Amino acid sequence: MTVMQHIWIVLGVLFVLLNIAAGLIWVERRLLAMWQDRLGPNRAGPLGIFIVLADTLKLFFKEDWIPPFADKWVFILAPAIVVGSVLMSFVIIPFAPGIVVADLNIGLLFFLAMSSLGVYSIVLGGWASNNKYALLGALRGASQMIAYEVFMGLSVMGVVMLSRSFNLIDIVAAQENVWFVVTQPVGFVIFFIAGIAETHRLPFDIPEAESELIAGFHAEYSGMKFGMFFIGEYMGITLISAMTVTMFFGGWLGPAFLPPVLWFFLKTFFFIGLFILLRASLPRPRYDQLIEYGWKILLPLVLVNLLVTGAIALWLKS
Amino acid sequence: MSLLFYISSIVAILATIMVITRHQPIHALLYLVVSFMAISMIFLSLGAPFSAVLEVIVYAGAIIVLFIFVVMMLNLDKETALQEKKWLQPKVWIGPSILALVLLIEMILLLLEPPSEKMLVTVVTPRQVALSLYGEYIIAVELGGFLLMTGIVGAAHIGKHTKRNLHRFLQNNH
Amino acid sequence: MLSHLRTMWLVFLHLFHKRETIQYPEEKIQLHPRWRGRIVLTKDPDGGERCVGCYLCAAACPVDCIALQATEDEDGRRYPEFFRINFSRCIFCGYCEEACPTYAIQLIPDFEMAEYKRQDLVFEKEDLLIDSQGKYPGYNFYKVAGLDAGVKEKGKGDNEEEPVDIKSLLP
Repeated sequence: MTVMQHIWIVLGVLFVLLNIAAGLIWVERRLLAMWQDRLGPNRAGPLGIFIVLADTLKLFFKEDWIPPFADKWVFILAPAIVVGSVLMSFVIIPFAPGIVVADLNIGLLFFLAMSSLGVYSIVLGGWASNNKYALLGALRGASQMIAYEVFMGLSVMGVVMLSRSFNLIDIVAAQENVWFVVTQPVGFVIFFIAGIAETHRLPFDIPEAESELIAGFHAEYSGMKFGMFFIGEYMGITLISAMTVTMFFGGWLGPAFLPPVLWFFLKTFFFIGLFILLRASLPRPRYDQLIEYGWKILLPLVLVNLLVTGAIALWLKS
Repeated sequence: MSLLFYISSIVAILATIMVITRHQPIHALLYLVVSFMAISMIFLSLGAPFSAVLEVIVYAGAIIVLFIFVVMMLNLDKETALQEKKWLQPKVWIGPSILALVLLIEMILLLLEPPSEKMLVTVVTPRQVALSLYGEYIIAVELGGFLLMTGIVGAAHIGKHTKRNLHRFLQNNH
Repeated sequence: MLSHLRTMWLVFLHLFHKRETIQYPEEKIQLHPRWRGRIVLTKDPDGGERCVGCYLCAAACPVDCIALQATEDEDGRRYPEFFRINFSRCIFCGYCEEACPTYAIQLIPDFEMAEYKRQDLVFEKEDLLIDSQGKYPGYNFYKVAGLDAGVKEKGKGDNEEEPVDIKSLLP
């Protein structure tokens, strides 16, 4: 691969991702409306698609306010971390054979590392705001994301055992015959649940929790800094969906009548839709319930899953 | 690759200096994270991507977050900063810094010596790490596991609630 | 877990339900006849103002948005000199309509009264007065009132007895 080709891939991935993340504003509002028997935004442009433009322009024209009581530099840093860490994670995702930004042999670990850095955006944003609700949100976010990172890491280890590689291209290639969702159903469910908690989406949006914490860690943010959190969340959804597809649903694999990239995006959009459906249907659990659910149910489950997978893999080998 | 190594080393050193000179503990911890990232880059440039990523996951991603978590709850403000300034008299830090200086001089002397053999850079795969952990160093891993288990049991013991808080209406009947 | 999946499935099925949204500017909602919207001043069947300037509406208004000044014409018929409703204050509670003894002030099913300037929401009498009898067609206060205000003579109204001749001793 020449350098020029590489740059084109990077730019292409960036372009597609940012557009998807922005387009999700419209997709989410439209889908939520559909599931609540409403119509959703349908005025600006065909089917209301220009709401994306209107929303972005609105965010740009809002006052970019830094509270005088805030810790200025940390306050500015926090929204950059959320977008940065998620965009970095996309580096390792193979969209199709040959379309991957960096073919790392520790791809999966790189994803876990980047998602663990994403915690900082919440913690620092909440702390720098110097606001009690923001701080509460940050505390909740930190404990929730650290806890669920553990299950997320452990749930994909079954996949790693079966494919014998951390490289995502190898993992997709190992699903040529059967997708890992068949052999690792428990791993998939736990990964997806942990993914929801990692992106702090509803029903696990406890760091934000509009009804109790008025917006949690980003209560003091406005303008494009809030927009960064907003876009970061949508990119997080896309990331978790793409990772789920890559690791459990065969990535770009699919019948030959569609090109591999299209298969990948179709599957990813299915999971994005599932994220939105979850938001539309399930209520938010209490904070202690979430943590208890994680440590007392998911952790034993994921360990048993790991044990059984290992045993079966060894038995098949011998 | 050696340019990358030097850049990340300089970043690591600068970040570490910032860590020990910050007043605000959160800022110090942030610089510590930067320092960890730089160290992880050093690992990467030396051909150990696995330990590089682990450095980020474990230290930057989990342990420092817990530190920040605790610092956030401590509510440190100007008063505590003044108090700390009072504690940091020259007689407190002069001894340790002389010792550290001696160590630094020793290290510089070692570095200035001509290298006896060229440092070999090889890629260490996760597989090799895992094999050495569960083969050569199995006893160390087991001992570490015991230690962690003790820690968990101790924490569970300390954290256990034995005192029951009853409502004042229920206290007499019970 | 199963109940969660069931909830998600049921919510998903809402995709195929009928939309509840009314596409407002193109598609208007059918308002009820007693819907409390814009306040109007109605007129008698013969075209005279119903309002007698009794101030009861202004007294009943919980947000004090009605201001008026009563006056009389040469026939002794009372009417408001000015009648002013500040709709940026009005809460459309309908107490004024309940208080009105002559059915003059009425709330009609109309709510499309947005303005760009707040001052434009202060409606004067000429804005409020409509050429209609509103919800009580055929009602004419001065026809049933025991007062000669140019509409009818004393004692000539419906269900009204002739005035007592105070100079006579006959029962």
